Amino acid sequence: MSLANFTKTEFKNLFRKPATEKYPDGPATYKDTTRGHIENNMDTCVLCSVCQMRCPTGAITVDRKAQTWSIRPFSCIQCRRCVDNCPKKSLSMAKEYTKPDVVKSQMDFELSDRQKAVLAEQARQAAERVAAAMEERKKAAASAKQTKDGEAKKSEDNKTQ
Amino acid sequence: MAAKRSVIPFGPQHPVLPEPIHIDLVTEDEKVVEAIPSIGFVHRGLENLVTKKDFGEMVYVAERICGICSFGHGYGYVDAIEHIMNIEPTGRAKYIRTLLFELSRMHSHILWLGLMADAFGFESLFMETWKYREKVLDMLEAATGGRVIFSIMRIGGLRKDVPDDILSGFLPELDKIEEGIRACEKAFLSDPAVLGRLKGVGYLSKEDAVKLGCEGPFLRASGVARDNRMKGYAAYSDMDFDIITSDDGDSYGRCYVRIQEIYQSANIIRQCIEKMPKEGIYVPIKGFPNGEYMTIIEQPRGGACYYVHASGKKFIERMRVRTPTFANIPALAKTLQGCDVADVPILVVTIDPCISCTER
Ligand code: SF4
Ligand code: SF4
Repeated sequence: MSLANFTKTEFKNLFRKPATEKYPDGPATYKDTTRGHIENNMDTCVLCSVCQMRCPTGAITVDRKAQTWSIRPFSCIQCRRCVDNCPKKSLSMAKEYTKPDVVKSQMDFELSDRQKAVLAEQARQAAERVAAAMEERKKAAASAKQTKDGEAKKSEDNKTQ
Repeated sequence: MAAKRSVIPFGPQHPVLPEPIHIDLVTEDEKVVEAIPSIGFVHRGLENLVTKKDFGEMVYVAERICGICSFGHGYGYVDAIEHIMNIEPTGRAKYIRTLLFELSRMHSHILWLGLMADAFGFESLFMETWKYREKVLDMLEAATGGRVIFSIMRIGGLRKDVPDDILSGFLPELDKIEEGIRACEKAFLSDPAVLGRLKGVGYLSKEDAVKLGCEGPFLRASGVARDNRMKGYAAYSDMDFDIITSDDGDSYGRCYVRIQEIYQSANIIRQCIEKMPKEGIYVPIKGFPNGEYMTIIEQPRGGACYYVHASGKKFIERMRVRTPTFANIPALAKTLQGCDVADVPILVVTIDPCISCTER
């Protein structure tokens, strides 16, 4: 038992470099795995709303009409659920923590022009397919009616015979 | 002439700990003759959220019951649901859970050492211990991506694997932390100034500790060998460790038990890394839980009970958590009787109070 138990450690500490980081003078360091904030690649998002449905805090809003994807970073709890569930792997978890703010802001992102064009093209193709399918159905219905009429006529003929 | 009795309020805001516990100290001269604790200042109603969040999302809420033992709360809830649904997680998931559990225990105990040093006014020792706590937090961050809330638990296993190279990187870190804590241990357990504040302060006998239903290191410091990890949940059945007890029964004993448990946790982590099985981390689940289960696990502060009652729907009907601090408060009131007013902050810290999880 001695009075100077901790003095050795304290003395050593005088000559060591500080254990703390000099933030904000220097950059903050993060681990590779740090869950900092969510980023969305607006070149690949298809506005399917899966992330909105999966988010436990309701931080994400997808507006298909306005073609925007919005996140409220101060509601996000960095759980990574949206990233794991995005079918297009459009979302990613970035390392840096959310910047501080004085209001609980919302960040809106609009689809990139390229992706808008892609979606518009897809929508056009889908509409064409639907139209074609409708046409097909109409034709099928018409022909079915014809054969039915024919059959009905035949059966009538049979009756009259 | 008998001294005049007066009541001194302690808390809910007190410099020794930022959490709101209120104790009315009935004093005679400088001695406490009776202590009347009251809690209930930070109730958040998290248990009730179980009826509003689906049972998978509830894991995130359970983790947020407490910021220090968050992994354990997530584990307790998931464990109860897994028992209801008859799911057996894979070996690797169990081992990683055990490892993270022990890392949390290390971080919690080192945090406590710092708070203790702060309570008896040894500021440089406080900063020194927290330097090592920072290393533990870095390890947790490397493994899970979060420093306080890990979001890695999932019913049926884990949400993300911890690669083997990260795990083996923990070994040198553990050695460094252990070495650092050994240097601090000398100050805690043999510095005469520190001993003066700890030895014989707040004695609790073995019988009282059992009778008042203590939990965790507080109980083990009174010489009762009870540790829920011995029941072998997660991968504890494969680990080689003993229950650490002390016969001192005072603040010194509690300090001793917690310091030894830090080394013990480091040992368990080493065993986990060594024996880590290579397999998947997740078993898919089907349907909704139906039934009820109660589980008890060993949190850094002692045994915590988790009760879940589910009725085959997406939302669970009832969840209840009994935290170790709640169990330790009656014994705290007992140890405060007869102590000096100046020792009250130290005694409150020796139960390692976590009021936010007690009130949820
Ligand atoms: S889940 Fe992915 S693709 Fe779908 S809206 Fe969200 S970010 Fe876009
Ligand atoms: S990380 Fe979690 S809380 Fe944040 S936006 Fe994604 S799902 Fe929502």
